[in-house]
Amino acid sequence: MRHEVRRLILLLLPAGIVFAAFFLLPMARLFLIGGSGKMGWAAYTAILTDDLYLSSLVSTFAVAAATTAATLVISGISGVFLQRHKFPGNAALVAMLTFPLAFPGVVIGFMVIMLAGRQGLIGQVTQALTGEKLVFAYTIAGLFMGYVYFSIPRTILTVMAAAEKLDPKLEEAARSLGASPWHVLRDVIIPGLKPAFISAGAICFATAVGAFGTAFTLAAKINVLPMVIYTEFTLSANIAMAAALSFVLGIVTWLVLAVARTAAGSSVAAAG
Amino acid sequence: MTDAGTPLAIALTNCAKTFADGTKALEPLDLAIHAGETVVFLGPSGCGKTTTLRIIAGLEEPDAGGKVLFDGVDVTHLPIEQRNVGMVFQSYALFPNMTVAGNIGYGLKIRKVADAQVKARVSEMLAMMQITKLADRRIDQLSGGQRQRVALARAIAVRPRALLLDEPLTALDAKLRDTLRLEIDSLLRSLGITAIYVTHDQAEAMALGDRIVVMEHGRVAQIGKPREIYQRPATRFVAEFIGTMNRLTGAVKNGVFTCKAGSLAWSEAPANTTEILFRPEDIRVAEGHETTGLQGKVAAAFFLGDRTRLFVEVGEAQPLVIESTARRDFSHGDAVGLAIDPRGLLVL
Repeated sequence: MRHEVRRLILLLLPAGIVFAAFFLLPMARLFLIGGSGKMGWAAYTAILTDDLYLSSLVSTFAVAAATTAATLVISGISGVFLQRHKFPGNAALVAMLTFPLAFPGVVIGFMVIMLAGRQGLIGQVTQALTGEKLVFAYTIAGLFMGYVYFSIPRTILTVMAAAEKLDPKLEEAARSLGASPWHVLRDVIIPGLKPAFISAGAICFATAVGAFGTAFTLAAKINVLPMVIYTEFTLSANIAMAAALSFVLGIVTWLVLAVARTAAGSSVAAAG
Repeated sequence: MTDAGTPLAIALTNCAKTFADGTKALEPLDLAIHAGETVVFLGPSGCGKTTTLRIIAGLEEPDAGGKVLFDGVDVTHLPIEQRNVGMVFQSYALFPNMTVAGNIGYGLKIRKVADAQVKARVSEMLAMMQITKLADRRIDQLSGGQRQRVALARAIAVRPRALLLDEPLTALDAKLRDTLRLEIDSLLRSLGITAIYVTHDQAEAMALGDRIVVMEHGRVAQIGKPREIYQRPATRFVAEFIGTMNRLTGAVKNGVFTCKAGSLAWSEAPANTTEILFRPEDIRVAEGHETTGLQGKVAAAFFLGDRTRLFVEVGEAQPLVIESTARRDFSHGDAVGLAIDPRGLLVL
């Protein structure tokens, strides 16, 4: 028995070392640095009391949540469609939907400016139609657009893989019982895709929380955590505050993902 | 109650099916299914039996010109969700995100039946299929037999106009298959519902069907009661697909059929007969000093307890299959005399 335990510990050791070296120790160090500044441990409470920090925290997670929701809806619909309907050019289209993965955030930010900036396409079209120029590239809406754009590829491939495994007989059975297409979607397709939605949604959310390049390109009026951390770190040289914000960013993201997984966990297990 | 309303009469006229890739799954087919009867579509895979079932269900539309009639009403372009037919699949197709009770009540729930009524109907179905204890189980906690009971209960719960079963027992092991076959048989009898049952298993077809539709290459080879199909097969395909068929080749002269194994008196033999067919139960091994016109050598003997299955070499391409109940120990190479009952002889 004791031998067994020793062997188990030995086998877990490599994973434990990696986990400690690359996750636990840096996080602990970050946490300590966060409390080492002029403000001391008050840096952490400042995140919740200081308007700038709190609003950036809220808007970061709000834009990440909105991005995740929009991405899941768009990728869910198009992923299932692309899986079900094979047409000439299908493969080329799927490849095209995937290539934003290769773009750095700066390029995506630039694309948002081209589209919704002062000289952008949307601005020109709205001016021609209504006489007023619609410009939103430098706001949180522009950021949202960029994030959705680079989140779709990650999600759509996962959804397509899951859609392939859906049993068409389940849909036929539901229809034989009188289910309308809407019922089939609600009771068969979405529950079947749920595990894929959760894992793709988690990646999408975490990426949107931490994305920097796009925010940096559009920076004018945007106040999201990665930007605030960057400013604290480079411009104000307030390393302690930057560390405290980074620590909170990591912890809150982890918490949100953990809660989402547990909430969905029971139903995922039931879907067997 | 377990009533299914008045049973439904189904008619197919000129129903053919060509798939998008050009495969012709079904040649133009006319078929009338009477109200309340159980019809079995039987045939090897790819014979068009499942396609026919799916056309009746509303999961496929026949090629232009084909019509599906339910009690005389044209339903050809009505999708399955508006036809009110119950379906049972080989793969069960139970909803994994619902419990057993949730599955059975699903059809009623989406019809917006009141909760209390759904509950009552579900417990009635659970009791009928003897799965009351499983009501709150998840689907992945059930065995294959239990799953198929749930699938049957789910299909019947909505009181469908007809029950369509697509190889419902194929995924189960032999013993369970026998038990469930009996259960399905008594279920269909007690419901009095029109049922269409697709299978490639002739024993299932014989046991369940009021009538059997034997299909081959997208065509109907024969329609008839199980006894007719077995005793008076219309084509060689039917004769050989259902049960075991023995074959002797030779010629007829003056009411005597002569082949390599000897001769056989058959006064009613058609003039140009070159081949005769008969079932294993119509041939027996001669006893003691009985003299017979036909002789053969035992090629193999399998003692099965109540009988011995013999393979007898008679100089044909295939040895004859004989089921012998004689209390006798046969061994390889034994010379045996053979007697055939002329009433069982077929020429096709």
